[in-house]
Amino acid sequence: MDTREDPSPAVLAAEAAARSSYGRLLAYLAARWRDVAAAEDALAEALARALARWPVEGVPRMPEAWLLTTARRLLISAARRRQVALRGEATVRLIDEELNAMERSAIPDERLKLLFVCAHPAIDPAVHAPLMLQTVLGLDAARIASAFLVSPATMGQRLVRAKARIKASGIGFAVPTTEELAPRLDSVLDAIYAAFGSGWDGIAADDPRTRGLAAEALWLGRVLVGLLPEEPEARGLLALMLHAHARREARRDGDGRFVPLAEQDPDTWDWPLVREAEDELRRAAGFGRLGRYQMEAAIQSAHVQGLLSGSVPWPAIAGLYAALTALTPAIGARVSHAVAVGETDGAAAGLARLDTIDGERVSTYQPYWVARAALLGRTGDQAGARAALERAIGLTEDPAVRAFLLARLS
Amino acid sequence: MQYMMMIFEPASEFAKRENTSIAPEYWGAWSAYSQALAEAGVMVGGNGLQPPPTATTLRLRNGAREVQDGPFADTKEQLGGYYVIDVPDLDSALAWAARCPSAAVSAIEVRPVLAMQNA
Repeated sequence: MDTREDPSPAVLAAEAAARSSYGRLLAYLAARWRDVAAAEDALAEALARALARWPVEGVPRMPEAWLLTTARRLLISAARRRQVALRGEATVRLIDEELNAMERSAIPDERLKLLFVCAHPAIDPAVHAPLMLQTVLGLDAARIASAFLVSPATMGQRLVRAKARIKASGIGFAVPTTEELAPRLDSVLDAIYAAFGSGWDGIAADDPRTRGLAAEALWLGRVLVGLLPEEPEARGLLALMLHAHARREARRDGDGRFVPLAEQDPDTWDWPLVREAEDELRRAAGFGRLGRYQMEAAIQSAHVQGLLSGSVPWPAIAGLYAALTALTPAIGARVSHAVAVGETDGAAAGLARLDTIDGERVSTYQPYWVARAALLGRTGDQAGARAALERAIGLTEDPAVRAFLLARLS
Repeated sequence: MQYMMMIFEPASEFAKRENTSIAPEYWGAWSAYSQALAEAGVMVGGNGLQPPPTATTLRLRNGAREVQDGPFADTKEQLGGYYVIDVPDLDSALAWAARCPSAAVSAIEVRPVLAMQNA
């Protein structure tokens, strides 16, 4: 039985302020304080105080400004304790002036700077996505750890180390200049895609639902497009994630069995998301600067059009993958390219493509073995196909996909 | 680095071993998993275990022998088998644990093997 009382309006207000503006508040504090960990601690304490005091004293007129003022006071007292008062006081005055001026305007949105800090080249790329999820969305380390299949203690340490590095190396809270923007933006995009659960490419059948952060990554993708509306690759990434997310329910039938893309019923797709994806992709194309994520989204779009028309445009898809593999060494793109070549030029040509991929990289990569089994089967090598399929089954994490592949084996 | 993956299964998983109607899928999944471990070059060893009622537990207490039928602890999930794998780090070990056929219903405890001196 749930013994909690109904949350009061004040508690709901505090929770709503936390949910909708956590990233904004943290970005604002971190950008001025240059210490992500200290800003996080102060904001967490401010939120705890809001939960304790708002139900008694009433919800302040400007909840976000209240949270910022409280967090700022906590940062000052912490700074005094650590005897870094000089720099602290200066920052505090700055925040004070801004908070006074804020009466009429909104809190400045510094989340873009925070995203660039999280994906800075001085930070281990493996921590980019976890850092974003924690600072911009306020997710806790344990949940992030589960999504990335890392021990919670290890994830906690990695996050702490990354924040210490941001502070110690004085990574600037700034949006990169025009010349620097493209490579730095790539890191931001890659991190958001990593949070989404990469590897969903039609044959991979790697279900991002199991990672549980697809919705959060989509949210980050939308924030990024809102902050950088002129960047076609940000829109390309959003379109790619929307396409994959639109088909999440279609990947299971009524009995929970896995349904591959080619057998999905388009009626089960989330059409508003598909339309939004197509719209983003169109707008991205308008800038005339093609990139990795626009290509991947275009491939998803081609699959959708193909399923609707009853004829998948494999030569076009193979062409897109050829261009994509020239841009990125990602193993998923190379495997998918081989599949598309197999559909266009025959199974032997597809297999020849697969054989060019380094054996070390494929030894635990499930989609490679799924693709290999299918291509070998078409060349008539049933024994080879069976061995590859067994290998794929042994590497599968999703129980529904495992059952699907096992049924193919027998 | 060597890790042991201990697979703690609920009774429903042990029951699947006796269910002939699902035998091809059940054993097929375990055999494919073991083979994938071997082919990726990480397998050190491992075994499935007979069900918990076949266990016998012994303790020496104050000089007296205590022998008890059944496993050492009466928990909902019981040890059903184990693998020892040799992988670069815990992240890789967890990736293998996630692929374990019963991971969706069992608990897979992953622990580093204690390196023995002079062994």
